[in-house]
Amino acid sequence: MKANYGYKDGSGDYFITIDTDKCNGCRECVSACPYGVMGVGPDENDPFSDDEVAFVTEQERKKIKYTCGPCKPMKNRPPLPCVAACGPGAISHSW
Amino acid sequence: MITAGIDCGAKNTKTVILRNNEIIGKGSVLTGFDQANAIEKSLEEALKDAGISPDDIEKYGGTGAGMEVVRQADTQVNEIKAMAKAAHFFFPSARTVTDVGAEMGRAAKINEEGRVEDFDINEKCAAGAGAFIEAMARALEVELEEMGPMANESDKSIPMNAQCAIFAESEVVGLIHAKTNKKDISKSIHDAMASRIVSMIRRIGVNEDIVMLGGVGLNPGFVESLRSELEVEKIFVPEDPAFGAAVGAALVAQEEG
Amino acid sequence: MAGGIKMPGEEKKQQKQEFWRWTESNWKNPDLDWNDAKIVTAGIDVGSVSSQAVIVTDGRIFAYSNMRTGSDSPESARNALNYALKGTGLPEDRIDYCIGTGYGRVNVPMADRSITEIACHARGAHFLYGPEVRTVLDVGGQDCKAIHCDGKGKVTDFLMNDKCAAGTGRGMEVFADLLSVPIIEVGDRSFDIEKEPEPVSSTCVVYAKTEATGLLRSGWKVNEVLAAYCSAMAERIYSLIERIGVEERFAITGGMAKNKGVIDRLMKIMNIEPMKTEWDTQIAGAAGAALFANTLVAKGKGRK
Repeated sequence: MKANYGYKDGSGDYFITIDTDKCNGCRECVSACPYGVMGVGPDENDPFSDDEVAFVTEQERKKIKYTCGPCKPMKNRPPLPCVAACGPGAISHSW
Repeated sequence: MITAGIDCGAKNTKTVILRNNEIIGKGSVLTGFDQANAIEKSLEEALKDAGISPDDIEKYGGTGAGMEVVRQADTQVNEIKAMAKAAHFFFPSARTVTDVGAEMGRAAKINEEGRVEDFDINEKCAAGAGAFIEAMARALEVELEEMGPMANESDKSIPMNAQCAIFAESEVVGLIHAKTNKKDISKSIHDAMASRIVSMIRRIGVNEDIVMLGGVGLNPGFVESLRSELEVEKIFVPEDPAFGAAVGAALVAQEEG
Repeated sequence: MAGGIKMPGEEKKQQKQEFWRWTESNWKNPDLDWNDAKIVTAGIDVGSVSSQAVIVTDGRIFAYSNMRTGSDSPESARNALNYALKGTGLPEDRIDYCIGTGYGRVNVPMADRSITEIACHARGAHFLYGPEVRTVLDVGGQDCKAIHCDGKGKVTDFLMNDKCAAGTGRGMEVFADLLSVPIIEVGDRSFDIEKEPEPVSSTCVVYAKTEATGLLRSGWKVNEVLAAYCSAMAERIYSLIERIGVEERFAITGGMAKNKGVIDRLMKIMNIEPMKTEWDTQIAGAAGAALFANTLVAKGKGRK
């Protein structure tokens, strides 16, 4: 499943996509994110699955434009910690 | 040399008249739905305030959402440049400037000469602009001017879930029904709004001194929330922050004229 | 399939000047008798604006209700369940398993567990529209969801926007109030115009309101402003669907499915024919929840 967390508002699109088929629930993204954006737990959109997968935490879903801002400076963008930490390449950002 | 800077903003249109780096006149009127008319009125007001005639003005600079409507403008001044110039003019020690107006929020990193090194903009979404606080004031049934002082009387901030101004209105109404103190609600509103501007500043880097311009700079509650969220001693706000961009436009007109 | 919809437009008389109001309803399947049922389950969807309860007997919809959400989620869940059960003779303690969903899903006191509205809407749409459905659009009171599902109603891709009021029922309510047009008349009135206007250009509802006020002042008629907003809303919703793409066939659930001012314009942009159902489009979430409950009980994973 491709889980798109985030939103679109007048200022633009802000989505973090997690490919739950690729995610192995290793929690590397959780430790890598300095702002607590990522979490790992049962896949709440697949009630009959027992696999744990990464997700964007409930409290951050509506403000990732802002919370993720410091990891996306306007100049000289380093690789994003969450994306870099993900072995299977399950995480991508839309902006 | 006498120059005029006209900032046609979403809510107010402001004119500043500058004589050799000194502000000699100001005018501000509601923009309403007729920008051209607002520009004329604010200019008239500023001319009257300065006690000069239109013929005395050598150059005009236009800026703001309606800068294209400023027909007098010799130069159209980019809003980021205008705010950087103005911040440097008021406080030469400024390295970060944020301008929060009715319908936008901006932040820029500037050098010792007032030149822009990096910037970020939030527009087209009321969550990160003065319109957010205005909408919340209506929901709280409090005058906009009272919002800031009220917030500063509270030391309790309740986390707000809604980001969108429309949804935050309902959340505020819910808090009122739950008999939450209006002062605490007001503080939460300012904190929520400030945290959005702060993450914009973090994105370009927090470098002191930090200067705030724009109409929201008149709101002491917001300035305090911004200060505390940025964990700095002081936010530098000029006497009339709403005229910031207009001052910047007049300065650019002077330089380029 | 039994048809239970009662379009809100049938009762146009407004009691109060609350332009966003619509009609509540409940329905019982005349072909089913709960006494014959092996498994009885319930799904309760507590949304920000409306709440629904669906009762399922052996995997078929037995009864449902559709009501406004009050200020309190547990109470809204209770009212919805009572209203669905009303007149059916089914005692509440006969329900084997109950699942809560929606925005207030963790506040459904009678629920044995909760499941996200994403999962429930896909499952519900799969039932209401049939297994050919691949893309489900749900425009609710405070959110907009686009979901892809497979032939079993399992989610394969989704996005949900509940951060911004643009493109949600709330955005439309704000406009209905601003223009003093009852929400149930928005669709018809938005087509009662001479020429389709340009859409409102601001996405942000706060700014769109200012823009609309300006349009009215410059002489636009109320219906033209409505049309311009319906059109902006259609574009906005389409831009969300575009992110995950459209896989046919396409179904629309939620309250906005009843607003043809937005939906007809959306379909014109998308150039496709949406699937049809005789069911009330607002019950998809609760139906999905009740059907999940049925599956759990059938698998022996129900209440111990």
